[in-house]
Amino acid sequence: MRSSVKGRGTSGLGQLIIPLVALALLVLFNLFRDPSFFSISMATNNAGNPVLSGNLISIIDSASELAIISMGMTLVTASCGGQDISVGAVGAIAGAIFVKVVLGFASINVGVVILGILACCVVTILFKMFNGTLVAVFRIQPMIATLILYSCGRSIAYWINGDATPQINSPIISAMGMTIPGIPVPTPIFAVVLVGLLLALIFRLTNTRLYSQTVGINQGAARLNGINPVATKLLSFGLLGICVAIAAVIGVARLGNLSHKTILVDIEMDAILAVAIGGNNLGGGRFRLSGSILGAYIIQMLTTTLYAMNVATVNVKAYKAIVIIVIVVAGSPVVKARLTALWNRLRSGSAGTAGKEVA
Amino acid sequence: MQNDVVLTMRGICKQFPGTRALNNVDFTLRKGEIHALMGENGAGKSTLIKVLTGVYEKDGGSIHVDGSEKEAHIRSPQDAQKIGISTVYQEITLCPNLTVAENMFIGRTGDRIVHWKEYEKKTAEILNSLGIPARPRQELSRCSLAVQQMVAIARAVDMQCKVLILDEPTSSLDEKEVEMLFGLMRDLKRRGVGIIFVTHFLEQVYAVSDRITVLRNGELVGEYVVQDLPQVELVAKMMGKDLNDLADLEEVGRKSLSGSEVVYQAQGLSSTESRPFDFMIHQGEVNGFTGLLGSGRSESVRAIFGADRVTGGKVMVHGKPVRISKPYDAMKASIGYLPEDRKRDGIIADLSVRDNIILALQVMKGFFHPMSRSQMEQFADEYIKALQIKTASQDTPIGSLSGGNQQKVILARWLLTHPDFLILDEPTRGIDVGTKLEIQKLVLQLAEEQHMSVTFISSEIEEMLRVCSRLIVMRDRKIVGELTGSDLNQATVMKTIAGGEQ
Repeated sequence: MRSSVKGRGTSGLGQLIIPLVALALLVLFNLFRDPSFFSISMATNNAGNPVLSGNLISIIDSASELAIISMGMTLVTASCGGQDISVGAVGAIAGAIFVKVVLGFASINVGVVILGILACCVVTILFKMFNGTLVAVFRIQPMIATLILYSCGRSIAYWINGDATPQINSPIISAMGMTIPGIPVPTPIFAVVLVGLLLALIFRLTNTRLYSQTVGINQGAARLNGINPVATKLLSFGLLGICVAIAAVIGVARLGNLSHKTILVDIEMDAILAVAIGGNNLGGGRFRLSGSILGAYIIQMLTTTLYAMNVATVNVKAYKAIVIIVIVVAGSPVVKARLTALWNRLRSGSAGTAGKEVA
Repeated sequence: MQNDVVLTMRGICKQFPGTRALNNVDFTLRKGEIHALMGENGAGKSTLIKVLTGVYEKDGGSIHVDGSEKEAHIRSPQDAQKIGISTVYQEITLCPNLTVAENMFIGRTGDRIVHWKEYEKKTAEILNSLGIPARPRQELSRCSLAVQQMVAIARAVDMQCKVLILDEPTSSLDEKEVEMLFGLMRDLKRRGVGIIFVTHFLEQVYAVSDRITVLRNGELVGEYVVQDLPQVELVAKMMGKDLNDLADLEEVGRKSLSGSEVVYQAQGLSSTESRPFDFMIHQGEVNGFTGLLGSGRSESVRAIFGADRVTGGKVMVHGKPVRISKPYDAMKASIGYLPEDRKRDGIIADLSVRDNIILALQVMKGFFHPMSRSQMEQFADEYIKALQIKTASQDTPIGSLSGGNQQKVILARWLLTHPDFLILDEPTRGIDVGTKLEIQKLVLQLAEEQHMSVTFISSEIEEMLRVCSRLIVMRDRKIVGELTGSDLNQATVMKTIAGGEQ
C-alpha cells in the first residue's frame, strides 16, 4: 500500500541470476586459461569473402539451432508442464521436406528457398499439432505423446528422399548456413534474432504469454476465466513447430546436405536442458525466453571450451555432465532457499555485530 | 449390561499442526445398531473414522472392541480389519476388471492353491443370503454402482466384521439404489453388525439410523436417540446454534425488487453435477443459495456459469435467449463467477497480483487485443486501492498474499469486467472478520449503486441474512423452498434446510 504498489519490482532478474553467474564463470575461466580465447579477428572464407572468426563467433553461431528450438520448447513447457522430445526427429523430417522441395526445381533461387521454408513450416506445424492433440485433447503426458515421433521421425525423414545424404549445392543455401557475401556475421545468428523478434512481436500483439502461463499454472482456473486450454496448448506446439522448421533449414544449409541420422541429433535433450538452466520451471507456468536462450549459449560455450582444452571427443559429454549437474543443483529450489537464508543471515549477522561494536 | 456394546472410544484426541482435529471425543457403538455420525465439514468425522481404521494414530484416548477389557491397538488398516472393523468408502475400492467372486476373496484366500470353483460357490451363497442381485462370475464393472457398493459391503461382512463403517455410501446412488442399500443395512443390523453411517443427507439418517452422534469443531456435541432429536434440532446442533437464540434475531426487511427487470432467468437448467432447477434474478437484487454443504448450492451456480458441462435447460439474459455452455459464454453474457475453492479454481498462484486482476477482462477483450502495460498497471492500481488489497507491489505473486487479500484480488478481477450479474460462492470463507464485513458491505453497495445483480452463497446463515433479500433453500440437491420478507430469519431458514414436519 506504499508507493511501491506501482513499482515494477526489482526482482526482475530473479531466475536469470544462476545462468548469468554460470556464464560469467565460464567466461572468466576461459580468460584465465587463455586470455586470447575471446579475441575476434577478420578472416577470409573459401569464397574469398571477409568473415569474423574467433571462438566467441563460433559459439554464438553454433548455438543457433539450439537457441531457436529452446525458445519453442520454453513455450510448450510453460503451457503443458512437459517437454517435447521429438524436436530432433521432426527436425530431420523438416530438413527432408526442405531438400525435397528445393531439389524439385531445376534451378535454386530465392523464391524456391522461401517456398521450401514455408513447406517445412507447414509440415512441422502439422506434426506438432499431432503431438499437441495427444497432449491437450487426450491428456497424454507430453513425453509419451512425443515419444512416438522421437522413435520414428528419422525413418520418415529417410523415406521422403529415399537417400541417406541428399546434397544441395547452391550459393543461396550456403549463404544461409554460413555467411552472406559482404556481411561478416554468420547468417544463423540473424535467424536467432529473427525468431526472437517474431516471438516478442507475438507476445506483444496477442495474449500468448498470459494464456500459456495461466494454463500451465492452473488449467481449471484458466477455463473458469474463459481461456481455452486446448487451443492454448496447441498454439504453443504450433510455435514450437515453426522453431523446429527454421532450425532444420539452418542445419541443412550449414552442411549443404541432409543426413537424416545426424541432423539436430540429441537437440531435444539440450533444449530441455537450456530451458532448465534458464531457470524456467519444467513443471510449467511462468517463463522467460531470455533464460532459455542464455541456457543454450551456456551449453554451447561449455562444449567449445572443452574442445579448446583438447578434451577428447569421447570424454566431452562426461565433463559437460559434471558442469551441468553443478549448474542445475545450484539452481534447485533447495539450494536457492539455503543460499537465500545464508545471505539473509550474513546480512543481519554483520548488521548485528556492527551494532554491538557501536554499543 | 455392557455386553451389547461392540465399540467404545473414549477421550480420543488428535492434533494436526495448527489445529486440534479431535478433542476428547467419545463414541459408543452397540450390536445391531445403525449409528449416524454427523457434523459439517471439518467437524472431525473423517478424522475419527481414520483413527478408528488405523490411518491416523491417535494422540490420546482409548479404543475397546467387543467389550474386551484390553485396549485395542490399531496402527494400520490391517490391524483394524483383524479385530473386525471394516470400512466401505464413498469411492469403490474394489477392482472393476475382476469378477464379483474374485473381488470377494482376493487377498484373503490364504491357501497356496486357489479353489475358484469353491469360492464362486461361497460367493453365490453370500450374495444370495444378503439378497444382492449379482452373479459370482460377473465382471464387477458390469454391475451398477449400488451393487458394486453392496459387493464391497458383502466382502467386509464375510470377513467377520463386527463394526462396519459406511463413509458417504449413498452420494453417487439414485433413490432406488439407496433403498436397496438401506435394505442390506437393515439386514446386517438384524445379524448384529454395528454400522457407523457417515452421510450428508439428513433424510437418509432418519430413514435408517437408530442413534446419532454429532461432532462440531472436533468436539463431541452429544449422542442422541433418533426419535428424541427432531431434524431441525439436529441442524442446529451441527451448526452450533441454539434454537431459542434464533427466534429473536432481527428481521432484515429489504425492499422488494420484483418490479425491476429480470437480468437472468433459467428454466430446467441442469449440468452433469446438478439436477434441473429454475432460477431468476432481478436487476439490483442480491439473492442467495443456502443449504448444507453438499446440498447442491455450488453445483447450481456452476451450472449457471457453465463451469460444469450443461446438459439442458433454457436460459434468458435480459429477456433474450442465450446458450451458455462454457465459462466464456457466461462472461460474454456479462456474468461473473467467484468460485468456492479459491486455491483450486480462483488464483493463478505464480502470476502477479496485476495479471490476476486483469485476467478476466483481458480474456473478454480477446486474444488479439492485449492491454498495454500501462493500462494494466492503472487497472491494478485502481482496484488495489479501491478494495484495499494489502500487497507489497503489483508484481507480487498472488500466492504469497493472505487468504483474504487473495479473495479481494479475485473479486477485483470480476468487478473489473463490470458484470451485470455476479455470482459469489463462499467469498468470505477462511477470511478474517474485518475483510468479511468489507466484502458484505461491498456486495450491498454494488447492488444499490451500480444496480448489479448478485447471487451470494455462504455457509454462515447470519451473513446470508445480512446481504440477501431472497434465499433459495436447497436440500439433497433439490430446491426445497424460497424465503423472502419476514421469512428471512434464522429459525425459518434452518427449518427449511432441515425439512420434514418436525
